[in-house]
Amino acid sequence: MTVTAPRTIVDKIWADHVVTQDPGAPAVLAVDLHLVHEVTSPQAFTGLRARGLTVRRPGQTVATADHSIPTTDRSLPILDELAAAQVRQLEANCAEFGIPLHGIGDPGQGIVHVIGPQLGLTQPGMTIVCGDSHTSTHGAFGALAFGIGTSEVEMVLATQTLLQRDPKTYEVRVDGRLTPGVSAKDIILALISRIGIGGGTGHVFEYTGSAIRGLTMEQRMTVCNMSIEGGARAGMIAPDDTTFQYLHGRPHAPAGADWDAAVDRWRTLPTDEGATYDKAITIDADALEPMVTYGTNPGMGIPITSRVPSPSDQADPGQRRALERALEYMDLEPGQPILGQKVDVVFVGSCTNGRISDLRLAAGVLKDRHVADGVRLMVVPGSDEVKREAEQEGLSDIFKAAGAEWREAGCSMCIAMNGDQLSPGQYAVSTSNRNFEGRQGKGGRTFLASPLTAAASAIAGVVADPRRLPGIEAMAAVGGR
Amino acid sequence: MTEPFTIFTSRAVPIPAENVDTDQIVPARYLKVTDKAGLADALFRDWRFEEDGSLKEPPFVLDRPEMAGRRILLVGDNFGAGSSREHAPWALSSWGVRAILSTSFADIFRNNSLKNGVLPVVVDRATHQRLFELLEREPDAELTVDLAEQGILLPDGSTIDFEIDQFAKRMLLAGTDELGYLLSKEPEIEAWEAAHPPRIDSRVGAA
Repeated sequence: MTVTAPRTIVDKIWADHVVTQDPGAPAVLAVDLHLVHEVTSPQAFTGLRARGLTVRRPGQTVATADHSIPTTDRSLPILDELAAAQVRQLEANCAEFGIPLHGIGDPGQGIVHVIGPQLGLTQPGMTIVCGDSHTSTHGAFGALAFGIGTSEVEMVLATQTLLQRDPKTYEVRVDGRLTPGVSAKDIILALISRIGIGGGTGHVFEYTGSAIRGLTMEQRMTVCNMSIEGGARAGMIAPDDTTFQYLHGRPHAPAGADWDAAVDRWRTLPTDEGATYDKAITIDADALEPMVTYGTNPGMGIPITSRVPSPSDQADPGQRRALERALEYMDLEPGQPILGQKVDVVFVGSCTNGRISDLRLAAGVLKDRHVADGVRLMVVPGSDEVKREAEQEGLSDIFKAAGAEWREAGCSMCIAMNGDQLSPGQYAVSTSNRNFEGRQGKGGRTFLASPLTAAASAIAGVVADPRRLPGIEAMAAVGGR
Repeated sequence: MTEPFTIFTSRAVPIPAENVDTDQIVPARYLKVTDKAGLADALFRDWRFEEDGSLKEPPFVLDRPEMAGRRILLVGDNFGAGSSREHAPWALSSWGVRAILSTSFADIFRNNSLKNGVLPVVVDRATHQRLFELLEREPDAELTVDLAEQGILLPDGSTIDFEIDQFAKRMLLAGTDELGYLLSKEPEIEAWEAAHPPRIDSRVGAA
């Protein structure tokens, strides 16, 4: 027997899925799970029909409607004719090709990256793809999961494989422990602020270290979700007992003897001692503060007690121009504190922070409090199941009593395709993943932050530090209104 | 099934912004289409048009009359960050773009572009700088993009060499697509599947 060199989890999953590889060509990589939604799939199904092809593995495919659907009363028809047509086309495509669909009205409906784990479809060691860049979320289970374009959606539908070059690896070690008021979202925003939005290009992040081990599965999903915002197509966390406990008993998780065999197999996945990465960075969790973005990409983030950086401090002319443009769009002054900046809208939801534990965090802050005058707080559960759970736990009552809108599940104001959007010039604190120009509505301005920071800001009416609770109401006096 | 990518000569459009994300290239509200047509109007929509649909004044660089018909974009670092929407290269391609020059591209955007006959060309920082200077000096400079030779010919007769994945190059030059290639691997895929039973069946328990 030959002794194999120490391997990373990425190396292991990769080797398990290479179907074949011609010299000089990318590998033909087998796909275990393909997630489909209404926005990036129609042209792929059209392509299949044009070639007379069929869906090779409908049982390894699952669809939902999430991006363009309204988050208002589901018993009413969709008023946006284009969105309605897109949803109808998804329904027709799934029916024609035998793909299970968790559409509007189905109790399994929800954001594609929330329902995969919830249903137990997302499992360690799998390859998972979806026509959505936040597919990296599923890496939290120790799966190799990444976003693909519509041409690739068509390839996976037709062949259950993809052409891929093997990725480079990037260890993101987070040591220590998070302090109260600091959460998983702050870890990932801190990472991206350090390496920039192109820092992980060509790489897969593997998150390691004691702070990562200490996270729940939902917190791990928040971290992996935004790997793409650091340029990495995928981000992974090796599976452990936390992973297995989360999965056990879920509808599509293995059961009985299959479960034991699966766990034995999953325990072989973690990166071997002595394996090396192409790049590495270390973050000290104890030193992290709540993070907030001030600019127009997720790399433009600062600890919440810091000041907005000045273009004049940027040595690189390109970065100086980019910062000038960002501050002009955001209408912020160089050197101003971000705390106390006025807020019009607060959005709690998305595939980043729309899970039950995120809603519990927000509700914990909002209990027996009320959102500031003039502030709109939208709480949008990540899935229909999350919605039911939150209602059973009484979280929805807390939100409503605090003056929030409690809505139906979907992507909502994260991507602003469905009418849930900012007006030009409005400021939002958002638990979503992108603060690009116009992302949450044309002319809208986004501060990305954690659910704790978002809820605290909703009460204060300004960007507020959740560590100042109780007494967060006094923040309203700091600035804005 | 795209057209074979042949050598071509064009003037270039400079867009010096860095980290141009796919939400800028095609805003999300234009993703409700179910085909690929008409996306040229959505290209850089919010940089080009006012709320009422009229062109910005002064117009964004793409809308200057002299830019019509140009097939090369010269853009800032890390072009195409963000969403996996293939609508971005569809819109670029439908406007007429065949090649984009930058120091770096986001991974998914680069992949999507290659599948739509749009060539992402990575140049080093000094060359990038030199190209912007050239276009400032000679806005109508003509560049020749030669994929087969992996070179860009400049007006002064010099050539910028570039690297490209050899498989992607072959596919572009032949105008064949990856799906055709994957379909030719049917026997291998079948053998793999026989040895690796699916780990899930999403149809169980679904409505």
